[in-house]
Amino acid sequence: MYKYILRRFLIFIPMLFIVTVVVFTMATLAPGDPLTGEVLDPTVDPEVVEQRREALGLNDPPPVQYMNWLSEISQGNLGDSLHYSGRTVEELIMSRAPNTVYLAAFSLFITIVIGVPLGMYSARKQYTPVDYTATVFGFFGLAVPNFFFALIAVYVFSFQLGLFPPQGTISQPGLTGIDAFLDRLHHLVMPGITLGLASTAIYMRYTRSEMLDVMGQDFIRTARAKGMGEQNVLYKHTLRNALIPLITLLGFEFGTLLSGAVVTEAVFSFPGLGQLFLTGIQNQDFPLIMGINLIIAVTVLVGNLLADIMYAVVDPRIRYD
Amino acid sequence: MADKHTDKQQNVSTTQQPEPSESKQKKNDSPTKLILKRFVRNKLALAGIITLLIIITVSFSAPLLTDHDPTRTDMLNVNAEPSDEHLLGTNPSGQDNFARLLYGGQISIQIGFYITLIVTVIGVVLGSLSGYYGGRVDSLIMRVTDLFLIFPFLLLVLTVVTILEDTSLLIFVVTLGLIVWPNITRILRGSYLSLREQEYVLSARAIGASDFRIMRKHLIPNAIGPIIVNATVVMAQMIILESGLSFLGFGIPDPTPTWGKMLEEARNLGVLTQRPFEWFPPGIMIVLTVLSINFIGDGLRDAFDPKSRSRR
Repeated sequence: MYKYILRRFLIFIPMLFIVTVVVFTMATLAPGDPLTGEVLDPTVDPEVVEQRREALGLNDPPPVQYMNWLSEISQGNLGDSLHYSGRTVEELIMSRAPNTVYLAAFSLFITIVIGVPLGMYSARKQYTPVDYTATVFGFFGLAVPNFFFALIAVYVFSFQLGLFPPQGTISQPGLTGIDAFLDRLHHLVMPGITLGLASTAIYMRYTRSEMLDVMGQDFIRTARAKGMGEQNVLYKHTLRNALIPLITLLGFEFGTLLSGAVVTEAVFSFPGLGQLFLTGIQNQDFPLIMGINLIIAVTVLVGNLLADIMYAVVDPRIRYD
Repeated sequence: MADKHTDKQQNVSTTQQPEPSESKQKKNDSPTKLILKRFVRNKLALAGIITLLIIITVSFSAPLLTDHDPTRTDMLNVNAEPSDEHLLGTNPSGQDNFARLLYGGQISIQIGFYITLIVTVIGVVLGSLSGYYGGRVDSLIMRVTDLFLIFPFLLLVLTVVTILEDTSLLIFVVTLGLIVWPNITRILRGSYLSLREQEYVLSARAIGASDFRIMRKHLIPNAIGPIIVNATVVMAQMIILESGLSFLGFGIPDPTPTWGKMLEEARNLGVLTQRPFEWFPPGIMIVLTVLSINFIGDGLRDAFDPKSRSRR
């Protein structure tokens, strides 16, 4: 197992390197550079601009620029935002990330608490009305675009029924303790469900099909033949084996959640990373865009690494791979 | 359930090379006919195909159903309420919403179809190279797909669309195709990997068939099930993706209507709360289209590969 983990780790390092190359290439291909605004400004002497380009290293060959950039980001400097003048990218990301983490955690909680048991129940009661209902839910969860679901939720629950706030993260500043927590939670319900909808459907279908698959295997028959109780068969043998492939799914979940967060945060005016990214896109703020891309890609990479290691720990058969 | 493994084996060989006894039993039905029979028996799939055909027919006979030009703005008649003249009212530019719904359907469906076409071709070619040759070719292609999958999909699409600046229909479709291919390539590679080990491939190789011929004559025809099923999955995803990008304001440029662009208007609170007739119909159209395509895909999956029935 340690050999496997080590080997997996050795793949991680070149991937990390390639990710930085890709982000750098995209940043280079992007139109404009930090001085574009001044090039277009007739009152600025072109020679001064040229001097500043030289000073900033913008005239260096790409590999040199890449190495400089790499040494900057390894110290945590992602550059200055063009749109939010006077603020650095890392500062902006740090200010918005917590909101997205709350949102993602809440939505992941819904996904696992609803998706997995529903899939389990559906597999146990295969071909019953409950199973069909869950299947229909699964189809709808995948067919309803999250922004359309969000629009309907806002229309019905915020404006017709007035149950949940249509936007934002808190209703008033200054709340403390349990009130602040409940207020936050109240604002998280609709974005959280919207973000978790498709994943819940996927986890449900996945759990169901994995359970059915495991239930058909010999060791389950053996367990039953030994006279093991149905509860034990279900939880100790079936579920534990059925959940193993879900780990891989979880490894990619962060990326999926972030893609979803862009749309969800846009509908609910939720000040998180997704909205920050969209603001960057709308204003062609490339340092910001690339900074977020880099952070997210690295996070996904680490997530995959952890998922693979967890997989090896949970399922010893992987050793022979 | 108990005999699942033997079941699997039999069914796999049925779909790939029907045994003579099986064919005789079914009155010499060809594999294609068997697949069709199984497909038609699936009620959801049939409902899906009928719904999809209706949506396509209605969208593409738009000129017969409305006299309005979906792109013509009418400043004297903006934000009209639904009436006989404008069935779903007009939008803030005075364009007729009903005409936009019909013509928008044409564009949304076509975008989904063409992206799927590009992605499937890339997936089939790279997937068969990767699965058939294995080794270095395989690792190279798989590492590239890994790389693509690390970047969250929507973030990557938005970044590339912004870098390109120009998003005409053609560039939009090609760009998305070039970003979406890794998933399907990985899935098809898996199919080819197992097909490569089949005896008929070995025998073809023994007679001296070239690699290209083996791929073209043996691998691709036998993988046609997964190819078509995954194409339906991609098409459903792409219709949702296009509408999502348009909703965020990064779709194809105006004045071409799409369902997603109609939904974009609901980002305005006034439209969202007061004019549901403007944003609800395109949303429902997307849901219906995607649902039908998924039902068809599921029916095809069962029809091509009956063992998957229990796994649905």
